[in-house]
Amino acid sequence: MEKLSIKEKKLEAINLDVYYGQKQVLKNVNIAIKANTVTAFIGPSGCGKSTFLRTFNRMNDYVEGFRKEGDIIIDGKDIYQKMVRVEELRKKVGMVFQKPNPFPKTIFENVAYGLKIQGIKNKKLIEETVEKSLKQSALWDEVKDDLKKSALSLSGGQQQRLCIARALALEPSILLMDEPASALDPISTSKIEDLIWELKEKYTIVIVTHNMQQAGRISDNTAFFYMGDLVEYDETKTIFTNPKQERTQNYITGRFG
Amino acid sequence: MKRVLMICAIITVLTTVGIVWVLFSESYTFFQHVSIWDFLTDTKWSPVSTEKHFGILPLLSGTLLTTIISMAIAVPMGVTIAIYLSEYAPKKFRYYIKPMLEILASVPTVVYGFFALTVVTPFLQNYIPNLSGFNALSAGLVMGIMIIPMISSLSEDALYAVPKSLREGAYGMGSTRLQTSFQVILPAASSGIIVSIILAFARAVGETMIVTVAAGNMANLTADPRETVATITAFIVNMSTGDVPQDSIEYQTIFAAGVTLFVFTFILNSISFLIKKRFQEKYD
Repeated sequence: MEKLSIKEKKLEAINLDVYYGQKQVLKNVNIAIKANTVTAFIGPSGCGKSTFLRTFNRMNDYVEGFRKEGDIIIDGKDIYQKMVRVEELRKKVGMVFQKPNPFPKTIFENVAYGLKIQGIKNKKLIEETVEKSLKQSALWDEVKDDLKKSALSLSGGQQQRLCIARALALEPSILLMDEPASALDPISTSKIEDLIWELKEKYTIVIVTHNMQQAGRISDNTAFFYMGDLVEYDETKTIFTNPKQERTQNYITGRFG
Repeated sequence: MKRVLMICAIITVLTTVGIVWVLFSESYTFFQHVSIWDFLTDTKWSPVSTEKHFGILPLLSGTLLTTIISMAIAVPMGVTIAIYLSEYAPKKFRYYIKPMLEILASVPTVVYGFFALTVVTPFLQNYIPNLSGFNALSAGLVMGIMIIPMISSLSEDALYAVPKSLREGAYGMGSTRLQTSFQVILPAASSGIIVSIILAFARAVGETMIVTVAAGNMANLTADPRETVATITAFIVNMSTGDVPQDSIEYQTIFAAGVTLFVFTFILNSISFLIKKRFQEKYD
């Protein structure tokens, strides 16, 4: 895998250890992620991949007993420094969760929410952003006449694309996705996958997935985690065709996990 | 065994039916002497005076006045406490403070009544010079305090039941705790909170001892909280403990007032039932 210069590194973890109470869930993880790529985190349940993903927008801060050593660097800045406002960070690093979690508001208000909490009142700007975000998430054509309907009336796949639109409305530069398609049917899943492929042009995407075919289809690079270790990190095609580590080989071929 | 259980159920239902039957049949006799129109529009209530008036409005205004005062205290306090407990308080604090709050609800209401009469009223008289010894204000305030745990406890349950994924969604978009609580969690729990408010309202309307002891017993069509008022419940207490002969028109006023109260709380309960059924957000 090519070595990245400092400028090319969008996200970086340096010697990262994460603990929940006494339990160490990530062990000395080092990774550098290039801008405008899709990076997949794979590995069996409990391997630490979701925990790792959540360090990039500090969603672990609320978890009881969370403690970390080492650094997470985004755009050259340590995001765990005291002066960093976590709310600002999360506007830049958007997140899509495993289960669609639209707010109990209308479709429009869901997408407009991020702008409103920033105190933006300009109606025209809000409307434009909502339309743009829904188009980006390939949902606009399905909902443009129902913007005032409750978001909860949408199907699961639509709800997940709404959640993506909601995150995009904040114009983040990074999008974290925690198994975004695992609760969806195959058609919705393929829509989300196509979408990820398109979004890559503007965003840096990190996706946690259980589904190895999915990682193979949509990602440029893949990181394989096992029991808190980052076992192997390389271009996706190398990981899937010619892994260097035996453990990766065994997992990819389905011998465990 | 099954039969014993069934009999228990039937006894309760029969008792309810019996109460409703007595209420309506006795007040039927009442309404043969007094037209429903007079009952609802006459602005005076003086069933035992020489010049008799049977207008429910003064009692209704007394009831609504004390209820509204109590709700003005209980709703903001109760909902704020609920938000604090569910969104801010450390787990341990919540664990201890919630049962303690609920103790408020188990203080006998007659104690609250005397607290209002002997502590709150004299205290308020320092600041409000023409406050009557018996007044709607202190009764309402103390009743509000009594009702707080009802709202805070039920609302907290509703807030706590909002799935974690919604909180994460809000935080993940850069919301502060305050924004998450008020703009995402509160709306998501709104049906449960509204139901708790309506139930508390019904409780305040039906509350008897506090208003009997502290608000006085003078049917008075007024919106001034400093004045002495009588609520429907206080009237019923005073009338039932007095020495009016049975089967007299005075005696039957008890039932007419009771029916009014019954209809009132029945409507409130029905509304809360409908809200619960229709507006509950489904998450699964």
